Amino acid sequence: MLERAPQETQRDESTPRPVAFRGAGFMPGGGRASGWIALALVLALWQLAGSAGWVNPLFLPAPSAIAVAMYKLAVSGALWQHVAASIVRIGSGWLIGTLLGVIVGLGIGLSTLVRGVGMTFISALFPIPKIALLPLLILWLGIGEEPKIATIALGVFFSTAISVYSGVDAVPRNLIRMAQSFNVPFHAIVARVIWPGALPSILAGFRITASVALLLVVSAEMIGAQFGIGAFVLQAGNLMQTDQLLAGVVILSLFGLAVGKAINVLEARLLHWR
Amino acid sequence: MDLIAHQISHRFGALDVLDRVSFTVAAGEVVAIVGPSGCGKSTLLSILGGLLRPSDGAAELRGAPPADSLNPLTFVFQDFALLPWCTVEENIEFPLVHAALDAAARRAVVDEALRRTGLSDFRGAYPKQLSGGMRQRVGIARALAVRPAILLMDEPLSALDSQTRELLMEDFIRLLADGTMGAVYITHNLEEAVRLADRVVVLSRRPGRIREIVTIRMTRAERGGIDARGKLLSLQNQLWSLIRDEAIDAEREVQHA
Repeated sequence: MLERAPQETQRDESTPRPVAFRGAGFMPGGGRASGWIALALVLALWQLAGSAGWVNPLFLPAPSAIAVAMYKLAVSGALWQHVAASIVRIGSGWLIGTLLGVIVGLGIGLSTLVRGVGMTFISALFPIPKIALLPLLILWLGIGEEPKIATIALGVFFSTAISVYSGVDAVPRNLIRMAQSFNVPFHAIVARVIWPGALPSILAGFRITASVALLLVVSAEMIGAQFGIGAFVLQAGNLMQTDQLLAGVVILSLFGLAVGKAINVLEARLLHWR
Repeated sequence: MDLIAHQISHRFGALDVLDRVSFTVAAGEVVAIVGPSGCGKSTLLSILGGLLRPSDGAAELRGAPPADSLNPLTFVFQDFALLPWCTVEENIEFPLVHAALDAAARRAVVDEALRRTGLSDFRGAYPKQLSGGMRQRVGIARALAVRPAILLMDEPLSALDSQTRELLMEDFIRLLADGTMGAVYITHNLEEAVRLADRVVVLSRRPGRIREIVTIRMTRAERGGIDARGKLLSLQNQLWSLIRDEAIDAEREVQHA
């Protein structure tokens, strides 16, 4: 036998009552404060675990030990030597890869011939982990800085080219038609319509390529470098200096955050119209 | 300067869109083009404005454009086609940057276009900060800045609410009043067609052929009077009777597509 639903309490339908609000949720805000609080809590717990001896400092040094390691590295000058070496490699590789990626991406976005040729090569080569090419690049370019920079440039190039031509493809066709209807020359349409229209996608690509560059510099430095954050982390790992190892990881994290912030600033300046 | 549609036919692949459409827009004349959905009105306008090559026939110009015209055939787009990263002023200036005008002359042209469209107080605003009606005013100001001989307007009011449509219709009537500028006006709205046009070209359903060309024998100033309302309504009914059955067929065709 079916159970009867409980009867609603009798109410006076003639009395006005508020309409129930049903529109809450599905609009997550920034939540920055909660993020900082969570980070502080994790660090505090981590520190407590280290200080109380709950975890072996060899496996997981306390945050204070990592801070001390970073301080010592900074005072000794080794930190700047490693950071500078990595920055030069990342900067050079990223610039070369970005420049070539923008040129090829624009070509693919604007020319049928370049699209036909470029897409074939990009589709074939993009999935290859670029670090796998480092030995080959060492063979071609020697054991100096060039193969490391070339590895980063290759990684950055493909992602940039893809984000640029995707951005060009996403520029509303009506804006291009509008410019053509005013007899605006081709180069001006590229500079004043296509480039700014593709910029959101290009800057989103920069965010990805910055991470790719960071990943590749560490990998390349682990394979063959005396200086650089990757080389430093590897050396520290080999010597079981986990406080220094994690200091290197923190530096990488700070570097990633700084690049992310820089791209935020760039977006705020260049995409203020959105 | 006259604009001539000469036996224009167009196909998209196997789909015949236009079939031997011919008519002339005389200097200063306003010609509206109406017809059922999908009859090729916008395609025809793109061909007339040189943005699409017809499969057959041609769009031709006869006579010299006004000496000061920087772009004799100028579009006003349904979706405004404003550059979102440019201010109102920069959008209006956009087609002038590559014209043979010095900075001072360019500024004067932009100022005049802003003044004529009532946008002087909004020159620094971005499109996202403007209402639909104001955005279309920017589109109109940009078109006026190049001093066109013929405006090619592709349903310029269809994306707007009825009050804004009415206000912009008044603007169009004012801008076209002196007869120095002609227009081809694509619309679904028969009321707009009879209020603005000197002639209305009625296209059949796809492939669009000219079904009839209806001449409106009243000045635009006369059409604003109460006495004219009956006549305009009768013209609207006449146009609707030409379109109605095919509009129903076209709608069913769209639903089954």
